[in-house]
Amino acid sequence: MLALYVRLLRAGFDRHASYGAASVAGMFTNIVFGLLRVGVLLAVLSGSGMVAGYDAAATVSYVWLGQGLLAVVLLWSDGELAERVRTGDIALDLARPWNLQAAIAATDLGRAGHAMLFRFIPPVAFGALLFPFRWPHAPLTWLAFVGSALLAVVVCGQIKFLLDLTAFWLLDSRGVRALWAATSGVLCGLVVPLAYFPDWARRVLAGTPFPAVIQTPIDVFTERGNPAVLLGVQLAWALLLVAAGRAVLARATRRVVVQGG
Amino acid sequence: MAVYRRLLASRVRGQLAYPLSFGLDLLAQALGQTIELVVIVVLFGRVHTLGGFGADEVLLIFALAGIAFGLADLVVGQLDELPRWIRTGELDVLLLRPLPVLAQLVTADMQLRRLGRVLVGLLVLGVVLTRAPIAWSPVTVLLLISTPLVGAVIIGSIWVATCAVAFWVVEAREVANAFTYGSSLSTAYPVTVFAPWLRRLLTFVVPAAFVAYYPVLAILGRSDPLGRPDAMRYAAPLVAVASVAVAGLIWRAAVRRYQGAGS
Repeated sequence: MLALYVRLLRAGFDRHASYGAASVAGMFTNIVFGLLRVGVLLAVLSGSGMVAGYDAAATVSYVWLGQGLLAVVLLWSDGELAERVRTGDIALDLARPWNLQAAIAATDLGRAGHAMLFRFIPPVAFGALLFPFRWPHAPLTWLAFVGSALLAVVVCGQIKFLLDLTAFWLLDSRGVRALWAATSGVLCGLVVPLAYFPDWARRVLAGTPFPAVIQTPIDVFTERGNPAVLLGVQLAWALLLVAAGRAVLARATRRVVVQGG
Repeated sequence: MAVYRRLLASRVRGQLAYPLSFGLDLLAQALGQTIELVVIVVLFGRVHTLGGFGADEVLLIFALAGIAFGLADLVVGQLDELPRWIRTGELDVLLLRPLPVLAQLVTADMQLRRLGRVLVGLLVLGVVLTRAPIAWSPVTVLLLISTPLVGAVIIGSIWVATCAVAFWVVEAREVANAFTYGSSLSTAYPVTVFAPWLRRLLTFVVPAAFVAYYPVLAILGRSDPLGRPDAMRYAAPLVAVASVAVAGLIWRAAVRRYQGAGS
């Protein structure tokens, strides 16, 4: 049974390996946005040299790690699952001898593995070469970062899974996904470091899984806060969201009516 | 002309046929622009100036750039779908019709929901106009009205020119995003925040600085802190004309080169 999910993981990896030109184009766009964002955030620093614990090197690292992680967690859902719900193809997926949630997660982890090599490393290397960069001081941080990035992929994958499942009730989940696309960048800490936010907003966000998607892995890499706590919170959100996804899928499945003929 | 009017009218009717779905889409677009406003507010919660400009001055740039981007997106945003049109062969159908391809593409799917961005821009503009230190005069009023329109022409030209890349490399669609959606970011801030080489690029190659930054300098009665001549503050219309010419040349060269996707 496990072999099936390993195969799906590899398939997820290979599927994206076949889009060479698209990968390069995506990387180019990613780097352009990184340059613009670095400009804005460094301009914020220009007065005092340090804002909310971010100096120039930490700011630069924050931007380029974020640009890389964006592609690894694939923040914006392509709505493939939602489309299968709308068209009814989901009935086939549910009939297959697998756990649909686990199958999607395995494929997504494979995709993330490919993205880690080809979409994360290039922009980070680009930023590190051209700007002052904050590398981890402790060797163990590298390991913690890999774990944190992995958990971020799971958390993001489960959030998108839940969003796509709304299609069972709404039929067209485009509105829900558009709302996520509009807000997730800020909520996850991709656009502005969450430490810049006023206290009340930070407290509200701390009660949501969103920081676990982008801000937490960056914090682990740049050694802001206790890594054990950061990873623990991410793990808790991952487990909670997996359980929620399982429960919602079970409810949704009861709504599926397969027409004969 | 009557043909285009009929095409457009049918598209608009189609979108308004499902008012709830349309309303949600409009809301999502407005929310996207509001989020960018929140980012600026958060940044100014930490500092008093950004690139030498105060909060109200940056918000004026943001508002005018947002309206310009929304209008450009409304008219040419569907060019993002060009690779799909090429892959499926639908573009070949358009090429056979006795109308210019670009005009057909523009009228094919004009999405009114993109007005959500424009609405937020207008709202911010309304608030900022009462607070920013504006050097009121007939010229200022003219600039406030013309800037979003001229800016939309500049951004629209960037859109057409970069989306034409799809005719050469179909898969390279995301490259265009760097310039199209990139200009929604680069036009919303004073160009002074960027590094010198990027500043020159955004002024002389991809003319994003003329969308809002230079006109706003004139509206505020300020000279460019970087020491560029004051005349550049009024140069946006000329830049727009040049952008349209360049975009037109690139688009024509691309269409002429197009041989179909073999589908």
